[in-house]
Amino acid sequence: MLLQSLSEACGLSGNEAEVRNLILKEVQGLVDEHRIDSLGNLITLKRCSSTGAARPRRVMIAAHMDEVGLMVTHIEKSGHLRFSKVGGLDDRTLLSKVVLVGNDRVPGVIGAKPIHLLKEKERHQVVETDQMYIDIGTSSKEETERAVKRGDYVAFATRFSRLEGGLVKGKAFDDRAGCAALIELLRGRGSYPSDLYGVFTVQEEIGLRGARVAAYAVEPDYAFAFEGTVCDDLPKKKDLSPTTILGGGAAITLADRSFFADKRLVKLLVETAEKNGVPYQFKQPMVGATDAGRIHLAREGVPSVAVAVPCRYIHSPVNILSLSDFENLVRLMSLALVALPTLWPSP
Amino acid sequence: MKELIARLVEAYGPSGNEEQVRALIQDEIKAHVDEARVDALGNLVALLKSDPDGQGKPPTRVMVAAHMDEIGIIVTHIDEKGFLRFAPIGGLTPLTLLGNRAVFANGVMGTFGMEKREILPTEKPKLDRMFLDIGTPDKESALKLVSVGDAAAFSRGFAQAGNRLLAKAMDDRIGCAILIQVVKTLKKNPNDIYFVFTVQEEVGCRGAVTSTYGVQPDLAIAVDATDTGDTPESRPMNVTLGKGPAIKVKDAGMLAHPAVRRLLVEAAKGLGIPYQLEVLEGGPTDAMVMQTSREGVPSGVVSIPCRYVHSPSEMVDYDDVTNAVKLLTKVLEDRVAI
Ligand SMILES: [Zn+2]
Ligand SMILES: [Zn+2]
Repeated sequence: MLLQSLSEACGLSGNEAEVRNLILKEVQGLVDEHRIDSLGNLITLKRCSSTGAARPRRVMIAAHMDEVGLMVTHIEKSGHLRFSKVGGLDDRTLLSKVVLVGNDRVPGVIGAKPIHLLKEKERHQVVETDQMYIDIGTSSKEETERAVKRGDYVAFATRFSRLEGGLVKGKAFDDRAGCAALIELLRGRGSYPSDLYGVFTVQEEIGLRGARVAAYAVEPDYAFAFEGTVCDDLPKKKDLSPTTILGGGAAITLADRSFFADKRLVKLLVETAEKNGVPYQFKQPMVGATDAGRIHLAREGVPSVAVAVPCRYIHSPVNILSLSDFENLVRLMSLALVALPTLWPSP
Repeated sequence: MKELIARLVEAYGPSGNEEQVRALIQDEIKAHVDEARVDALGNLVALLKSDPDGQGKPPTRVMVAAHMDEIGIIVTHIDEKGFLRFAPIGGLTPLTLLGNRAVFANGVMGTFGMEKREILPTEKPKLDRMFLDIGTPDKESALKLVSVGDAAAFSRGFAQAGNRLLAKAMDDRIGCAILIQVVKTLKKNPNDIYFVFTVQEEVGCRGAVTSTYGVQPDLAIAVDATDTGDTPESRPMNVTLGKGPAIKVKDAGMLAHPAVRRLLVEAAKGLGIPYQLEVLEGGPTDAMVMQTSREGVPSGVVSIPCRYVHSPSEMVDYDDVTNAVKLLTKVLEDRVAI
């Protein structure tokens, strides 16, 4: 399964090559052109169906290849690795996790003090990253340095697997779910009514950096960002809404911290979903940020919207998503791309 | 001009929802400009072409900008009892909400309430304890009026207090009013002037990013409201209501280009109108992103001193407003060169 290989590939922000190679292998036969830009974005083009004289409209769909994780900052005399975070991670999710260090995937464990040795006070404290270390089994600095080095990226060693109810678990669904959906979309049809730029971006998790330059280069007329997004649908004490609901369908962003979705595109998605009976939901406004936050500001501005697969426990070593949401996102977008010309100003 | 200001400040337009303000402005300026277009993000970009100068020199492209949007709230959840939970749009101070009303684009009105209602003396109430009550008894009836994602702005009428004007959204409809007045006042025009009414300033100067890229100006001036330091025991700041338009030296987002600052100062001196220099700890304004557009644009700001910024009762001095119109008109009626 495509989502499985994407999820198990390692590609932290700034080090997306492994993921990019995997994607490139999948899409090469599906697109007319592709290139890798100076920051490492993979920009693919699937040409439109019509051969009319007018300049074809350009639609950009972005999904980011990078994932959150850690980076080795220091090697102790004892051989243990100190690290810092790459992207937003909660310290509480790190202890006792199995990790893979460097491109050679050297296995290690983020050590935790056994409960027997914890002082009463420590039981109520969150251990912060700078107190943690990674144990790769070595016992001296020299021995460690033969296997890994300072600056190596550290990914979680989470295996993908199926759960009950059509759910799956794995790591990096934010945003490998988006990458997989974009690949499915490129696979779905020979062509769409507009030139479709499928863009697999870098460095989203550390500030939407890849999308900025990719959108500048592509100069799209419309843009969509595919995401794996926050889902907190577990029971709550107060009557407050979850950000998204697992199994509730493709999650459409109205507004988040990085942008306001274009109202015409939101309307197009909603009407398309309702006409075709595709389940959809609105993501709770003003939560999170996506590549759309940069794309919509490119050059003279680009009408943009984000559509996402809800993922429980994102930005942690293990996430859960519902395959039905994934399929609904692909279905909704493939229909919406066909309906998109209704938005074009009449000549 | 007060009638124009009253209509502008009372219009509805939280960030991302500037359509009503834009329509009003479009109506006001269309007879006075050569072209006006709305860009992909919703900015209104109007061009007043230069008078022919007979020497064939290309005119300077000057961009003057004011933002149409105001702060507000966005509905994030509608509960079983019909109360609306919300997130802020822009810099909203929780204390300014209690006792106030908010209105949606469709006219639906609500008032703010808070869980547990009493505020402890040591406590600053947080927005996540607050809700908007639109008078609906349950979720179903609320859903007939509003949806998640709808935005609301303060509801507050325009009023005068002596020579001072009181309203919500003075930040930055006062800038919009000044630009409109300048368009109508200009007698000659040796420059290509782009009057730009921007969107989404309050959430990160987003409209100015794309509109400045599109206009590609040689020089840019933003017109916006700024804080003052003239109320009892306020934070020290050398800007006073009624002492003239403020010419920005710096804020948290930018250092004004010294040549643009000089241009404005010289014009004020030439006119003999009062002005003050502004050093603001807070910020930024649209000028921050205008300055770094493409290869860089010399930029400055004419600020209108405004008390109680980001509250439903922002106060400006009418003389500061009319002097700002005179100042900008003077600058634009000469060939701008720096
Ligand atoms: Zn993320
Ligand atoms: Zn302002």
